[in-house]
Amino acid sequence: MLDGKLLDRHARILFPLPAVVFTLALLVFPVAYTVWVSLTNWNLTTGLPPRFVGLKSYAAVVQDPRFWSAFVRTLYFTGMAVAAETVLGVIWALVLNRNFAGKGIVKTLLLLPLVATPVAIGISWTLFYEPTIGLANWGLRAIGLQGLNWLTDRGVVLPALALIDLWQWTPLIALITLAGLAGLSLEPYESARVDGANGWQIFWHITLPMVAPAVLTGVLLRSIDALKTFDIIYSTTLGGPSFASETLNIYSYNLSFNYFRLGQAAASLIFLFALVLSFSAVVSRLRRRLGV
Amino acid sequence: MKKILLAALLVAMAVAMVGAQGTTIRVLLSNHPYTEFLKPLIPEFERTYGVKVNLETYDENQLSAKLMTEFATRMSTVDVFMTRPLQEGKLMYLNGWYENLSPYLKDSKKTPRDFDFGDFAQSAVGVSTYAKNVYAFPLVTEWQVLYYRTDLFAAAGLKPPTTFAELEAAAKKLTDPSKDQYGIVSRGQGNPAVTQFSSYLYGYGGDFLKGGKAAVESPEFLAALKYYGGLLKNYGPPGVTGMSWAQGLSLFQAGKVAMWTDASTFLGQITDPAKSTVADKVGVAAFPAGPKGNKPYFVTAWAMSIAKQSRQKAAAYNFLTWATSKAMLTKALGQASVAVARNSPWSNPGILAAFDATQKQLAETASKTIPLATGYDRPLMTAVGAARDAIGPLIVTAIETGGTANQAAQAKKVAESLNELLDAAGELGK
Repeated sequence: MLDGKLLDRHARILFPLPAVVFTLALLVFPVAYTVWVSLTNWNLTTGLPPRFVGLKSYAAVVQDPRFWSAFVRTLYFTGMAVAAETVLGVIWALVLNRNFAGKGIVKTLLLLPLVATPVAIGISWTLFYEPTIGLANWGLRAIGLQGLNWLTDRGVVLPALALIDLWQWTPLIALITLAGLAGLSLEPYESARVDGANGWQIFWHITLPMVAPAVLTGVLLRSIDALKTFDIIYSTTLGGPSFASETLNIYSYNLSFNYFRLGQAAASLIFLFALVLSFSAVVSRLRRRLGV
Repeated sequence: MKKILLAALLVAMAVAMVGAQGTTIRVLLSNHPYTEFLKPLIPEFERTYGVKVNLETYDENQLSAKLMTEFATRMSTVDVFMTRPLQEGKLMYLNGWYENLSPYLKDSKKTPRDFDFGDFAQSAVGVSTYAKNVYAFPLVTEWQVLYYRTDLFAAAGLKPPTTFAELEAAAKKLTDPSKDQYGIVSRGQGNPAVTQFSSYLYGYGGDFLKGGKAAVESPEFLAALKYYGGLLKNYGPPGVTGMSWAQGLSLFQAGKVAMWTDASTFLGQITDPAKSTVADKVGVAAFPAGPKGNKPYFVTAWAMSIAKQSRQKAAAYNFLTWATSKAMLTKALGQASVAVARNSPWSNPGILAAFDATQKQLAETASKTIPLATGYDRPLMTAVGAARDAIGPLIVTAIETGGTANQAAQAKKVAESLNELLDAAGELGK
């Protein structure tokens, strides 16, 4: 029977225990297991049990030209999507930071893409992008432009996917920036106005530096997410045409669930893990340098 | 306190045991017309056998991935599942994930007397037989056909094409982009396109593998690519390189294309007025002949099996024999135009008499195709998934360039990676 004394004596162990178990089971174990699998030659098409082979799976992955193309594409997609989201998101936040009629409704509408299911978004956008019967080309033709093969033209597919990401995630940057703006003190603005600064100077020299920590937090969150984008790409192009939209996560998915080379898939995911980790480290350092 | 805990525990156990008395099986099926047909009949099985069925359905690639992952982790609760013998059969067999069904068939207590296993098409049983044991019961056969719009053909004074040359001429005549009207659609998305490209390839005398080695560099293969690419680029809808069967089906149902070459399975869906705007304007013809003959594929597309690690094998086997019984598959052919892998439904006079015009045409394409057919629609090897992904880009490039590119160098690289895959599985040169 648990009496009060027992509980008191072991409280420092008992209370954090659920959190520790949770962390071990859901964070430490999967990562450790992935590392272990990446060091084996586990391949379901052989019908043999996994065997330890050291770094051979890593070697196989880095020798695959598809891995490097996917690597570059991951960076390209992330850079394109997050840069555009940041600029647009900050502009949105500045607009929403003013008072105007219907602000509440606009804010709510802005939130809608954030709460939609990614796969449903992918399917809707696939219809939207459909070259013959889709709305996107109908719009282009209505203003006298030629329709595009949005998801099947190798040169267009990644920007088209980034546009979906932009539509869904710009509101997140806007909301985080807005929270940052709300917390700013008004004094610097007053003195700036007294000194005769114009609107642009105020934004560039006062608002932006002060709100930068919030924006950077948004950029960090979005980048980590964009680097491992899966659902939108999988539900629209499956990485096609001819792998032209295959990012690292899609590549790893193909290795595991299409080719059943689990060792190599784990190795490729460890690379993605390292990429995300190093990116976070860079941004954290940047934030510290900015003194925030 | 202790007593309350104990009592609660006992109640919980009692509830769990009562729950366990009624058997429940987990059944994973593919999104296929056969599944659409079977779904509403499952309560009938549940009543007859007192077994609850938890049904899950997935698209074919997701189904494969789900099954493999569950089986590989050895934690699966799957009892019965649909499987593609040509795609994953060898892999499942090698890993020991299929239950060996031969002992069941020999046991008259387990197999109903009227099951008549000999009624399944011999070749269809063959693809799921390893070391003289049967690991899955064949369900559906598929062959490549040409669906066409009877109204557009009549208006243009055309007859269903019987050769590749006629096919191209008809496609040309029926293409009018200003009206969003395209002559033909077929799969262009790399991996899924491989199977529907196969009949075109065989028509040019080519093949994926020859003597256990990649044959994608052969002049026949390159000629087939040229033809397929030109056909779909010039007379196909925009964005064809992103299309698998689902997109081709929607375009045909929406009346945007005049012809569609794909598997024979889709007739029911394009003649259903609830789904198709052209339901009463559809014809089906046998796949046309290429310059080197007419050898379209005819395959066992789907089979059904029991998971080796199933804990409800008796109930699972009941479900399997019920779902693949003579009565059931006869009904599937008659009601849903599903091309079942048993012989008797195809000679059942009641079924044949009740066929409408398009169903009769479909049956004709089957009898025309069977004597000529090639028994596979993809390279026969263990690493089929990777092989299809390797071959896919050849088809995509052919379509993107309208068949004008010289693809020899690209094909050479693809051949190398196919040979590596064969070598890794110990199948090279065999």
